[in-house]
Amino acid sequence: MFRRVLGKTLGFVGYTIQYGCIAHCAFEYIGEFVVCSGPSMEPTIVNHDVVFSERMSRHLCKIQKGDIVIAKSPFDPNVNICKRVIGLEGDKICTSSPSNLFKTHKYTIGRHLDKVIETQHKAKSASAIHQMKVPKGHVWLEGDNLKNSTDSRSYGPIPYALIRGRVCLKLWPPHTFGTLSESPTQRINKPPSNSDSD
Amino acid sequence: MDGGKRKKYRGWRCRIRSITVSMAPHVTCFRITPELRKLGSFQVAQRRMTGRRCLRAFISGFFVAVPVTVTVLDKLAYVARVEGVSMQPFLNPGGGSECDVVLLNRWSVRNYQVQRGDIVSIVSPKNPKQKIIKRVIGLEGDFIRTLGYKNRYVQIPDGHFWIEGDHHGHSLDSNSFGPVSVGLLHGRASHIIWPPSRWQQIKPFLPLNRGPLDTDEEQD
Repeated sequence: MFRRVLGKTLGFVGYTIQYGCIAHCAFEYIGEFVVCSGPSMEPTIVNHDVVFSERMSRHLCKIQKGDIVIAKSPFDPNVNICKRVIGLEGDKICTSSPSNLFKTHKYTIGRHLDKVIETQHKAKSASAIHQMKVPKGHVWLEGDNLKNSTDSRSYGPIPYALIRGRVCLKLWPPHTFGTLSESPTQRINKPPSNSDSD
Repeated sequence: MDGGKRKKYRGWRCRIRSITVSMAPHVTCFRITPELRKLGSFQVAQRRMTGRRCLRAFISGFFVAVPVTVTVLDKLAYVARVEGVSMQPFLNPGGGSECDVVLLNRWSVRNYQVQRGDIVSIVSPKNPKQKIIKRVIGLEGDFIRTLGYKNRYVQIPDGHFWIEGDHHGHSLDSNSFGPVSVGLLHGRASHIIWPPSRWQQIKPFLPLNRGPLDTDEEQD
């Protein structure tokens, strides 16, 4: 009697482990469902939309410009962000960044040292536009709702390995089911296509 | 009466044929008797059954072994060979002759908790296909004196940490690419498992003069 119960429990545990591992592999290597919140990707993705993000492109390093990706936030790895890839490594990005930090901090190092270290971030005028190159192994992310999005324009390019997956399908609400549209902003520099007629 | 005659005739022909076959086994029989046909099809069916059983066993084993192995490597532990001289003299003291193999504990970093002095492996921010093993020198909020970075003193931002190789000058670490995001954390090296002479547990150890600095902040 005891042996039967033990046998059944072990069998149940074995099945749980097996199906748990299969589920982990599916979510880690195939895709996962994501509930989006926040206004930073309007009008493409709005609050409470459910999307499906696939993982294979990320593992095979096939993320391209214009893809919407889910990534870990560089400031809190437990928080995920959903943004569009504007530039890959080596691309040149025009950024105006009027909201740069202007703070000046004075730090005294150690009680015995009289050194005062001053760090000052350069103040940039609102109209200054500068071009920067996305460093190796990084990507530049921006939300579609440029006015209401905290993205690479504030914290700079993020490492490619923080990307979790590429959003490929919108599942909810049902009337917007289907693939996602192209970027409404004109921020992506597509390389000039070869044309036959000059 | 007719039916009975026909049955007898059929049975008689079968018996003649089977006797002919047994008397001359090297002679190929061009007409297969019903008995022989039944025997042949039974053997083929048996072989097919064993083949199908093998295939089913292989597929079920495959679907158990592969997900379990992949989950264990992703979530529990990982074994990695250390290459390079950036962590000398602690790891790879023999240089290129024999590389250390370390056990990476992935379960302890599932909540991204590390301490100063731990040896961790992270995905390289310069190359997402490569993993690098370095020591954690500072955590978020710490003030660090750098060796060869563009700023002499750096305050580590939220969600980032500062890693350095023990062999300064021969190491691609935060002194080249700055503070690293905690999301890139891959695992914490807990034991050296090869070569057997160097089998040991790795304890957190912060090198002298590399700890965080005491600061008093005054804002104007």
